[in-house]
Amino acid sequence: MKRTIQVECLRYHPETDAAPRYQTYEVPFSDDMSVLQGLQYIKDQLDGSLTFRWSCRMAICGSCGQMVNGVPVLGCETFLRDYYPGKLRVEPLNHFPIVRDLAIDQTDFLKKLESVKPYVISSNVPQQGTFVQTPRQMEDYYQYSQCINCLLCYAACPQYGLNSSFTGPGALALLHRYNADSRDEGKSERMKVVNAEDGVWGCTLVGYCSEVCPKGVDPARAVNQNKINSTKDYFFRFWLK
Amino acid sequence: MQVVQADVVVIGAGGAGLRAAIAAAEREPRLRVALVSKVLPMRSHTVAAEGGAAGVTRAEDSLEQHFNDTVSGGDWLCDQDVVEFFVGHCTAELVRLEHWGCPWSRRPDGEVNTRFFGGMSVQRTWFAADRSGFHILHTLFQTSLKYPSIRRYDEFFCAELIVDDGRVQGVVAIEIATGEIVVLECKAVVLATGGAGRVFRQNTNAGTVTGDGMGLAFRAGAPLRDMEFVQWHPTCLPGTGILMTEACRGEGAILVNKDGYRYLQDYGLGPVDPWPRAKAMELGPRDRLSQAFWHELRKGRTLATPGGPAVHLDLRHLGARKIHERLPLITEAAQTFAGIDAVKEPIPVCPAVHYTMGGILANVRSETPLRGLYAAGECASVGIHGANRLGSNSLVEIMVFGRVAGESAAEHALSPSPVNADLQNKAAEASARLLSMLKIEAGERLAVLRDEMRDSMEEGVGIYREAGSLGATCAKLAELRGRYRRGVKLDDRSRAFNTEWLTAIELGFMLEVAEAMAHGALHRRESRGAHMRLDFEARDDVNFLKHSLAHHGGDGAPRVEHRPVTITKSAPKARHYGGEGKKAVLS
Repeated sequence: MKRTIQVECLRYHPETDAAPRYQTYEVPFSDDMSVLQGLQYIKDQLDGSLTFRWSCRMAICGSCGQMVNGVPVLGCETFLRDYYPGKLRVEPLNHFPIVRDLAIDQTDFLKKLESVKPYVISSNVPQQGTFVQTPRQMEDYYQYSQCINCLLCYAACPQYGLNSSFTGPGALALLHRYNADSRDEGKSERMKVVNAEDGVWGCTLVGYCSEVCPKGVDPARAVNQNKINSTKDYFFRFWLK
Repeated sequence: MQVVQADVVVIGAGGAGLRAAIAAAEREPRLRVALVSKVLPMRSHTVAAEGGAAGVTRAEDSLEQHFNDTVSGGDWLCDQDVVEFFVGHCTAELVRLEHWGCPWSRRPDGEVNTRFFGGMSVQRTWFAADRSGFHILHTLFQTSLKYPSIRRYDEFFCAELIVDDGRVQGVVAIEIATGEIVVLECKAVVLATGGAGRVFRQNTNAGTVTGDGMGLAFRAGAPLRDMEFVQWHPTCLPGTGILMTEACRGEGAILVNKDGYRYLQDYGLGPVDPWPRAKAMELGPRDRLSQAFWHELRKGRTLATPGGPAVHLDLRHLGARKIHERLPLITEAAQTFAGIDAVKEPIPVCPAVHYTMGGILANVRSETPLRGLYAAGECASVGIHGANRLGSNSLVEIMVFGRVAGESAAEHALSPSPVNADLQNKAAEASARLLSMLKIEAGERLAVLRDEMRDSMEEGVGIYREAGSLGATCAKLAELRGRYRRGVKLDDRSRAFNTEWLTAIELGFMLEVAEAMAHGALHRRESRGAHMRLDFEARDDVNFLKHSLAHHGGDGAPRVEHRPVTITKSAPKARHYGGEGKKAVLS
């Protein structure tokens, strides 16, 4: 059975708009239709100029993060039925510059990701075969390796909203992912990022990042863990002097 | 017009593209490597691969067995010299990924675990739960950040190759955020753009999988090979096509029809017991399983679901613990997208288009016939998949041949090649062509042409084909190309982040790639692997133990010719599954 729902989208075109505006579309939907499919309907049938990113449509590529009625979600796994008979307001993720309509500028996150050296640093790579790593050792980092870089946690983070130089939940979770990996020896190189004012100490432990994560990663825990590491690092440096 | 100078341009930043970029950077750090992708690397479709990647490690396994499984799985249309090279390099690449941090699932002793996969005689599939592609992609992307000579051009859409003097010399791209035309001048190009599954309506593929690289190469004069071989994955959610990994069956899940009957036993895949058994029943190859579904549908033994006819994929006997440990992604996806709790209920599934076995003709060095042009991954046809790819061969193919392509391109870029003066003119012409699309005043809506293409492909180039409906699809595609040439009217005439414009360019690629598939299928008057003809039911080794090559026909239909297959040590035989397999012990 098809019903119709109102979808109000933020529109902003850098060539013609001085400020964002809103445009409402009437979208017929069935119960299995996602917010992403609603946007696709608008683009195909009503207005080809509505701009948004999407790709896998199965919650693994991280492209379609957006604010729906003020909450950061992946559009592909959020369903229109859950908003009916009310309407939806779809906006780009909070705290990022808008490129156009629902598409945000992601370059700040990419720089931060690069800054945490998100790769194995090791002087002991086995000559033959793989590292040995037990399932127990994997548990130390495994959940943090599930980050899909969708940036919902940045849109949820009040600190990042106030001060975008804060490294932020996603990148700090990935920093911890490598620090906690038994194959890695790069912890000391990453502690500079952890210890910096914009590192873990920028976090005020609101914890909303972990709440909105679609993949069950707990960035708040990673940050907290690294506050402990940072404190230890601080004391050890004094002690060693 | 912005001009970028590079040595090697890699188009596509999924698994194959990232591996190629890393290989080129490692081969010679002085080379300027431009990694160009229409999406951020971690959005690439590699991310959605689930089951795992094949590499011989177990004591009871051998390269010879991986070779034999691959060649028979491909119904002897594989180039055996290339398969031999491939199987010999798989494990080293998977080990390298492990050194780079890929969280492969482990055994209790800390060694990498392997699982069964369809058509494989031994457990040789390395896996990271059922998020193998996601972990491979993120590991490669994050590792690529170590290499300063790799310069990324994220969200740049490649629209044309510049070919002059018989060699590829550059790429014309659109910087998506601004709509500016950018020319990348270079000595070598690696195409790593993935498949073309989006030419069909029901598919497992991301929206980006539109055959861009195949289209780029095809237009530039490189032939597409074996395009009629399209893989239907047998277990996908009806309606959306979302993939329920073969790893479900690798871990022991079963398929039953509406009567609860394990119907695969009726299609040469039995006996049911002893079970589970390698290469039998649910561990048979994808072509056979999707074909079995088609017959069940004909017999009226499928279930009706809102998304279309389905059978049941039943995981329940695996138990909650194993399901959550080994198959977390599909468990979540079944819940979110089908409202099914896989621990408690069977999942309704049906076949959906998953993979293009064919692609841009390339040899074991990833070289295409066009000088300076290389291809790797799903967009390429290096000859390892033949008429039917085995699950878990493609995730390792992107590593093995991504690396080869990167190294070959780097070596080519290091050899002296004269600068061609005509480059600027060619780029200006390309730019004018692209921008003219924004000025069309009258024409059809994009979605109309796209939907007619998809419906016609489902109708004519499905799991089973015959001359009549294939001919109708060929005619339909010719008509759609004509309508496309007459003009698609865009709502969006602006430059900045105009995704409607990009979609229109993609549709142009898709129509031509679809035509290569349909004409290839029409010309192949036999049944082999994933290509089943109702009017030519048998495999015909006398006339068709041959690759098909589609050459671009300008505004007209592609020209199809056939070329010999390289057979080195495995003479064509009948493919056997089922009873010949040995009982498997799952770990």
